Amino acid sequence: MKSDIIISGVGGQGILSIAGITGLAALANNMYLKQSEVHGMSQRGGDVQSHFRLSDKPIASDLIPFGKADLIISIEPMEALRYLPWLSNSGWVVTNSVPVINIPNYPEVDRIIGEIKKVKNSIILDADTVAREAGSVKAGNVVILGAASPHIDIPFSDMEQAVETFFKKKGNDIVALNLKALRAGRKLSQNLK
Amino acid sequence: MNNKLLLGDEAIAQAALDAGLSGMFAYPGTPSTEIMEYIQASEQAAIRKVHRTWSANEKTAMEMALGMSYSGKRAMVAMKHVGLNVAADAFINSALTGVNGGLVVVSADDPSMHSSQNEQDSRFYAKFASVPCFEPSNQQEAYNMVFDAFEISEKYRLPVLYRITTRLAHSRAATQLRLPMEEKQLQLPQDPLQFVLLPVIARKKYRTLLETSETLRYENRLGKYNVFRDGKNREMGIIACGIAYNYLIENLKDRDDNFPILKITTYPVSTDTVKDITDRCHSVLVLEEGAPMIEESLRGVLDEGIRVYGRLDGTVPHDGELNPSIVAKSLGIGTPRGKHVSPLVKNRPPSFCKGCGHADMFNALNEAIGTYPDGRVFSDIGCYTLGALPPYNSIISCVDMGASVTMAVGAAEAGLFPSVCVIGDSTFTHSGMTGLLDAVIRNSPVTVIISDNSTTGMTGGQDSHATGRLREICKGIGVDAEHIREIVPLQKNHEDNVRIMQEEIRYNGVSVIIAARECIQTAAKRKKQSSNLA
Repeated sequence: MKSDIIISGVGGQGILSIAGITGLAALANNMYLKQSEVHGMSQRGGDVQSHFRLSDKPIASDLIPFGKADLIISIEPMEALRYLPWLSNSGWVVTNSVPVINIPNYPEVDRIIGEIKKVKNSIILDADTVAREAGSVKAGNVVILGAASPHIDIPFSDMEQAVETFFKKKGNDIVALNLKALRAGRKLSQNLK
Repeated sequence: MNNKLLLGDEAIAQAALDAGLSGMFAYPGTPSTEIMEYIQASEQAAIRKVHRTWSANEKTAMEMALGMSYSGKRAMVAMKHVGLNVAADAFINSALTGVNGGLVVVSADDPSMHSSQNEQDSRFYAKFASVPCFEPSNQQEAYNMVFDAFEISEKYRLPVLYRITTRLAHSRAATQLRLPMEEKQLQLPQDPLQFVLLPVIARKKYRTLLETSETLRYENRLGKYNVFRDGKNREMGIIACGIAYNYLIENLKDRDDNFPILKITTYPVSTDTVKDITDRCHSVLVLEEGAPMIEESLRGVLDEGIRVYGRLDGTVPHDGELNPSIVAKSLGIGTPRGKHVSPLVKNRPPSFCKGCGHADMFNALNEAIGTYPDGRVFSDIGCYTLGALPPYNSIISCVDMGASVTMAVGAAEAGLFPSVCVIGDSTFTHSGMTGLLDAVIRNSPVTVIISDNSTTGMTGGQDSHATGRLREICKGIGVDAEHIREIVPLQKNHEDNVRIMQEEIRYNGVSVIIAARECIQTAAKRKKQSSNLA
């Protein structure tokens, strides 16, 4: 069993939180894990990605080879497209539909969405709206994680537990909000299938 | 069993603590920053009172660590690869003085220049200084090797270079920890002249160093990490260094190519170790993250020996970071590739955060200097380097920390007017102050803008030595107090700021404009922390 996941977005959107939560859930399942992160210059509004690898066997490379990713989790639609060379033919793209437009030549959003739909398996959702309904637009990343969770080989209860552990320091309200966001994302993606 | 999910950087930091570290010395720099940050946040370090304050720059960090080592305690220095250039004088000479307490120098290289101005390979520094070098391939090795690095440092009385690259620094994996060791006691060197590099002493010490570096080739604490795995294939053997080994195994794990493989993670490498491959095989492929250092030494100048494949003959690209797909190609293994990236996808370069003070400063500066077609703005390294990109296009240089000031002085002496420079507060105290002294001594007509966001921004907001001290420092260096101006870079002050900049540009001497507004990232963090406490 293995899950090779690319998590992508724009600096500051919270991709490291997605990786952190999934990492906790993986450890609870005694799985091997490697998670490569982007720190430094790109965090200033640039494109950022994390290579996240889970397996029941030891993992050699910190980076996922081209064409081997099982899943792209993206908090921004154009960023989902940037990593398609890594996606395997049977892989899934789960992405937010809400763009971050911080460059003058950002393409038309509809064309971006159209391009994502050309991928064999894709789930596109407005995570910002779902997160707002859950209590805060900041939880958009957790909504996306929830939507991607059916495609990660980890029991959902462990994901919930990991969200609790991850946000515990920030208080019960933040934990509750993020659990709500996680569940809403999951439900939505199951309904879309 | 104590298992912890750690970045490569964090594994090194945790290992240093567990190896009885007394002091961690560093200046922030991607990808090394998290080593010090981990120790600063560590309860274990707090309880043991491990020294863990940021240094002014990499040189002062290196020297303080050497002083701690002089006193018999274990010290670690951490920096990014270009930081080792700054610390090089102290580093190279510390190989001659030797050490007392264990001294490990971590240099984090950045191949492909994700956040750097070059991709130099720190292993050359180890060779240059004739000191041992470790190059762990994964997080667990990054942890384990630190213990051996300190032991070797103390056994041979040499500083040890610990080389990592971005991918290991910033990749997380479960790491198994050991029981912590006790801190060393204060114990001064027996030879009062050990650290006195007068020529007559240094010459003797250099001969000793040359002998020691030969002995190191056969030191088991180093050699045990260079592992040979035989295979039946005699056509080609493979030498894989550091993290390149992971990419090799990623490709070979489900195949039966039977290549003999030598994994190299410590230097210097013994002849016998390399012969395991070269005696068996008709050719050898060398995979190295960084420069072709082992490859070059195998080829030599004549390159008439065994057939070598690597970065120099194009089997592997000559520059840039490796990855599993590049290594696959070098092995002739086809790799599937997903869909091409749609032409719709545009580059998203890093940019100033919304509301950043640097942006308002550049807006004012562009207007102030706009009337002078020949005016140029020199700069250097920090978030403000983004002022080189549209829509600002303000600065024309980024070479090294502090070079903004001194390049402006040189250009002014060549006749450039106006010659302006933009430097950050932390970069100013890192390497800008000495250049400002040059400017003052030469009464150079330059305008120095210190864009003061009260933090080391680009690396994530570490404390800046300059905070609250800039005016006094500039006065102390000898800048005329009337020409040290303070402005707040905000849109509402735009006109005043432009006017002040123009006044100082017209002044025929050294002027400093301190454009001070806190980094919005650190300000937000501070607000959050204080509201959490409330």
